[in-house]
Amino acid sequence: MTLSPDQVVVFTVGPLAVTATLFYTWLVMALLVVVSAVVTRRLRVEPPFGRGQVVLEALVDFVLQQIREVTRQDPRPYLPFAGTLFLFILVSNVLGVVPGFLSPTGSLMTTGALAIAVFLAVPAFGVSRLGLRRYLRTYLEPTPLMLPFTVLGEVSRTIALAMRLFGNVMSSSMIAAILLAVAPFVFPALMEAFGLFFGVLHAYIFTVLALVYVASGAAETERRAAKGSGG
Amino acid sequence: MTELAWVAVASIVTAGITAALGAGMAALGEGRAAAQALQSIAQQPDEANTISRTMFIGLAMIETSAIYCFVIALILIFANPFWGAVS
Repeated sequence: MTLSPDQVVVFTVGPLAVTATLFYTWLVMALLVVVSAVVTRRLRVEPPFGRGQVVLEALVDFVLQQIREVTRQDPRPYLPFAGTLFLFILVSNVLGVVPGFLSPTGSLMTTGALAIAVFLAVPAFGVSRLGLRRYLRTYLEPTPLMLPFTVLGEVSRTIALAMRLFGNVMSSSMIAAILLAVAPFVFPALMEAFGLFFGVLHAYIFTVLALVYVASGAAETERRAAKGSGG
Repeated sequence: MTELAWVAVASIVTAGITAALGAGMAALGEGRAAAQALQSIAQQPDEANTISRTMFIGLAMIETSAIYCFVIALILIFANPFWGAVS
């Protein structure tokens, strides 16, 4: 039994071994780019709309609405980042039910990279929204004594973000494999259906948590400043 | 028993206890959270969207500890670092 798609080598190019993680990551990326490019080539403002356009508009609208509700800020700056995370994780999780496809999110390397992207996006959005000085000051609030704990919290939540997605995707594929060996009649299909549901749920949860982290980094002093000027 | 057998026994027993305790405790916590969320939705159906979204995020947070236990159990069974130490 393979624990992670890192151990599967699809093919080798010279000294570089292309693992299943790398291969399927690029496959998912190519799928997303090609489908989006094909659909957005024929965008229309008036009916009749193409089916693809309706699907993409519904997706973008859903992501925009969720960002607005979670962050309570203007959703547009966050749309590219959150939407990319959501679509990539969603497609890789859902395609995991296709036989032979190993979800790249079932590898700690992929989820770690995504979590590091979130870790870096927090100061990036914070600085671009508040400016460097005001962003750095959020680390010293409410008191400089809390600085080590704030830094520790940022690191540990990044690790938790990576471990959560990795553990869930890997466990669902592993449970399917174990059931296939133990009770290969109906139960694997049921667990795959469960895996489909949890895949969508965890794509959503990863995105919402990333948004919560990014938005809290970008909004903290703003709320404080508003309260201070009001009172 | 040889040292290797002791490592195997300890790893397997610990992996089982880890998975059982991790799953059980997390399930208790998630059950409480879900029950409270359902009660809140019954009292305030208008806020069902916000409550269920917050519940899902909270459940994911709680589940993280169970996932940690699961990963530790898997490491003990499939990638035990102590195999190399004794053999």
